[in-house]
Amino acid sequence: MAVTNVTSFGRSGLSDWVVQRVSGVVLTVYLLVIAGYLLLTPEIDYASWKAFNSGLCVRLLTVFAVLSLAAHAWIGMWGVLTDYVTVRLMGPKATFLRVFLQLGMIAVIFVYVVWTVAILWGK
Amino acid sequence: MNDKRPVNLDIGTIHLPITAYVSILHRVSGVALFVISGLFIWMLDRSLTSEETFTALQGLLTHPLVKLVLWGMLAALAYHMVAGIRHMFMDFGVGETLEGGVLGAKLVLYIAALLILFAGAWVWL
Repeated sequence: MAVTNVTSFGRSGLSDWVVQRVSGVVLTVYLLVIAGYLLLTPEIDYASWKAFNSGLCVRLLTVFAVLSLAAHAWIGMWGVLTDYVTVRLMGPKATFLRVFLQLGMIAVIFVYVVWTVAILWGK
Repeated sequence: MNDKRPVNLDIGTIHLPITAYVSILHRVSGVALFVISGLFIWMLDRSLTSEETFTALQGLLTHPLVKLVLWGMLAALAYHMVAGIRHMFMDFGVGETLEGGVLGAKLVLYIAALLILFAGAWVWL
C-alpha cells in the first residue's frame, strides 16, 4: 500500500500521532485566546481588533495556529480518506480518486497558510 | 493480500454504542472544519483589511441566516475541540475502560452541548 503511506504527513504513524496532538493543543490555545479576547473586550471596533492582531505575540500565535491547522488537517483528512475512499469500499477507481482528493486537500491547506501569512504581514 | 477475503463487519447492521457515535461525530466535525477553517480565515481577512471591510463583515453578521451559519461553524469547532481533549485524556490512560469510555463519551456530549448553547447565546444576544 505504498500510495497510502507516501501521502501521510510524517511518513510514520507514531510521528503523525504526536503531531496531531501537539497541533491540537496549539489550536486549542489559539481558540481560547481569541474567544477570551472577544468575550472580555466590552466594545470591539476596527482599531482595537487591528491593534490586538498587530501585536507580535498574537501574530506569532496565529502563524503557529495556521501551521498547526495545516498539519492537523493533513493528518485528519488522510485518516478519513484512507479509511473510506478505498478499493474495498469503492472499487478499483478508489486509489486514483483518493490521491486526487489528497492532492486537492494539500492545495487547499497551502492556500490557507499563505493566505493567513499574507493577512498578517502582506497588507 | 487476498482481495476476496471475507469481510464480516457490515457496519450498517450493527447497533453502535455511544462511544462510536461520539467518534464518528469527531470525524464528521473534523471534515466540516476543513472547509469552515477557510471561512474563518476569510473573516480574519475581512476584519483586518480595512475599516470598510470590517464594518461590512459586522453588517453581514447581523443577518439571521449568517448568524445560523456562524453558530454551526462554532458548534463544529466546540464539539471537535471537546472530543479532541477527551482523546488526550485517554492517551494518558484516563477513561480507557468500557465504563470510562461510555462516561467520557457522555461527558463530551454534555460539555459540547453546553458550549454550543453558550455559542448560540453569544451569536444572538
